Amino acid sequence: MTALDLTPAPGAAPVGRRIARHASMELRLLLRNGEQLLLTIVIPTVLLVVMVHAPLADIPRPRSNFLVPGVLALAVMSTAFTGQAIATGFERRYGVLRRLGASPLGRIGLLAGKTAAVLAVEVLQVALLVAVGVAVGWRPHGSVLAALALVVLGTVAFSALGLLMAGTLRAEATLAGANLVYLLLLVVSGIAFPQSDFSPSVRSGLRLLPSAALADGLRAALAPGAAIPGAAVPGRAWVVLAVWAVAATAAAVRWFRWA
Amino acid sequence: MTAVEVRDLRRAYGSVRAVDGLSFTAPTAKVTAVLGRNGAGKTTTVEICAGLRPRDGGEVAVLGQDPWHNAALKPSIGVMPQAAGSGAAGVYPAARVGEVLRLFASFAAHPLDVDALLDRLDLARLAGTAWRRLSGGEQQRLSLALAVVGRPALVFLDEPTAGLDVAARHATWSLIEDLRTAGVSVVLTTHAMDEAEKLADHVVVVAAGRVVAAGSPAELTRDDGGTVRFTAVPGLPVAELAGRLAASVRETKPGQYVVTGAAAQAALTAVTAWCAERGVLPEHLSTGRRTLEDVFVELTA
Ligand SMILES: Nc1ncnc2c1ncn2[C@@H]1O[C@H](COP(=O)(O)OP(=O)(O)OP(=O)(O)O)[C@@H](O)[C@H]1O
Ligand SMILES: [Mg+2]
Repeated sequence: MTALDLTPAPGAAPVGRRIARHASMELRLLLRNGEQLLLTIVIPTVLLVVMVHAPLADIPRPRSNFLVPGVLALAVMSTAFTGQAIATGFERRYGVLRRLGASPLGRIGLLAGKTAAVLAVEVLQVALLVAVGVAVGWRPHGSVLAALALVVLGTVAFSALGLLMAGTLRAEATLAGANLVYLLLLVVSGIAFPQSDFSPSVRSGLRLLPSAALADGLRAALAPGAAIPGAAVPGRAWVVLAVWAVAATAAAVRWFRWA
Repeated sequence: MTAVEVRDLRRAYGSVRAVDGLSFTAPTAKVTAVLGRNGAGKTTTVEICAGLRPRDGGEVAVLGQDPWHNAALKPSIGVMPQAAGSGAAGVYPAARVGEVLRLFASFAAHPLDVDALLDRLDLARLAGTAWRRLSGGEQQRLSLALAVVGRPALVFLDEPTAGLDVAARHATWSLIEDLRTAGVSVVLTTHAMDEAEKLADHVVVVAAGRVVAAGSPAELTRDDGGTVRFTAVPGLPVAELAGRLAASVRETKPGQYVVTGAAAQAALTAVTAWCAERGVLPEHLSTGRRTLEDVFVELTA
């Protein structure tokens, strides 16, 4: 047996290393979890491939110009909101948040690590969806920078909403609720199904959803023929996402319970 | 400096006053055992000291500092939360043993050697197993490893041997003794009186959220005269024997009797005579010191 030197030598590792190691743990757990992969990878990809070809809905042509930004918004929502809410809800129930919060990682480090893992998954999702999009005929146009800014803003809004849910409801309620919200937003936000069947007044209400604002914004940012890249994004999309991001973050800070 | 100094600690959950004016100290580089019946307030106390729960009132100095929201203190303390019942020992269910121990090690500037620690707690062969597939005792051992891997100066172990088999219990005891030898302060809770008697330098007995006795096991078990112990049919009228001897007689468990506060010789004679009068045969009749268990039962009955 190797000798253990138990002499006290307290000290925290550098903050960057703590967060990086925690993020890598979170990422491995995400990639190991079948349901999470279904949600974050399989559903957006399958939806893109099927909807490009299936004559199911009245989608403006070329369909990929409508669908690729839509499934990118869905990817953000699935990872930052649904996946994160469910995982965090159970981590709260199992005392993981409490124990990591009491470790030298700390609560801020824990949130930073989770955010880094979410962003890493999103990078994988975007790479995959763009590749699949290109394979079905989509060509990137417009402003990548504006699209990135929208994705980051959407990630903040959806992460805060997911954490708010995970930090206030029981784990089972979060599981059910996060899936239900995901499904509803997928259907009504103009992500893969156009909103043309809704009446104009309902439609203008639905535009206030963060998922709709993200999908609309991405569609405008990545639209062909935008004269000034990024200028095509409607101001409303920025405002709606920003309001959701600020309000949800404030609510999560106020109501999130660690245990 | 004492490792932990608690004065007049209070914590209520709604109308339940779980900790109600509790004071104790835990000396540095010693093992302090906090004893008490279920619901006495041990976990609440320990978790407040470990910075896991807030308190309603009182003063708490852990390594000289207030533990609540104290980031600077975190690397110096290790915590093993109580696992039984809560199901919230604080490990990702899907994380593997080696992986999660390495994660906690990576938070520390000078962690223990992970492989050596896995070996020491007989977890090496489970290094690739997910937490949720571990048995209860295996989870307990990993939880202990997580508490010590960062080389803290003070560890809080909430029922560290609950649910362990004999070998694992001895491995845990020996690790705790080595921690003390290395200069680590240990605060643990337990329901096993033999464990407290064997490990603890300092014992704190808690009842209904307050400390009812504190001292070394030797101090707590010191008594005047001897203690006589015997086994017989349950339900004997002990008050009568107590009156005859002018001593204390208790039935600590059904059929197990302890006489304290009388000279051993007189007590032996009286017990045999009294039993003979009622046609009862006293078995396992023995004299000796009180055990911690005797004291505990007296204090918390
Ligand atoms: N989170 C909580 N919410 C409400 N009541 C609680 C909570 N935690 C503890 N209590 C109550 O506070 C009292 C003390 O509980 P605590 O867990 O501190 O006891 P304990 O001494 O550790 O018991 P055990 O030996 O069973 O672990 C109990 O009456 C318990 O019901
Ligand atoms: Mg307890």
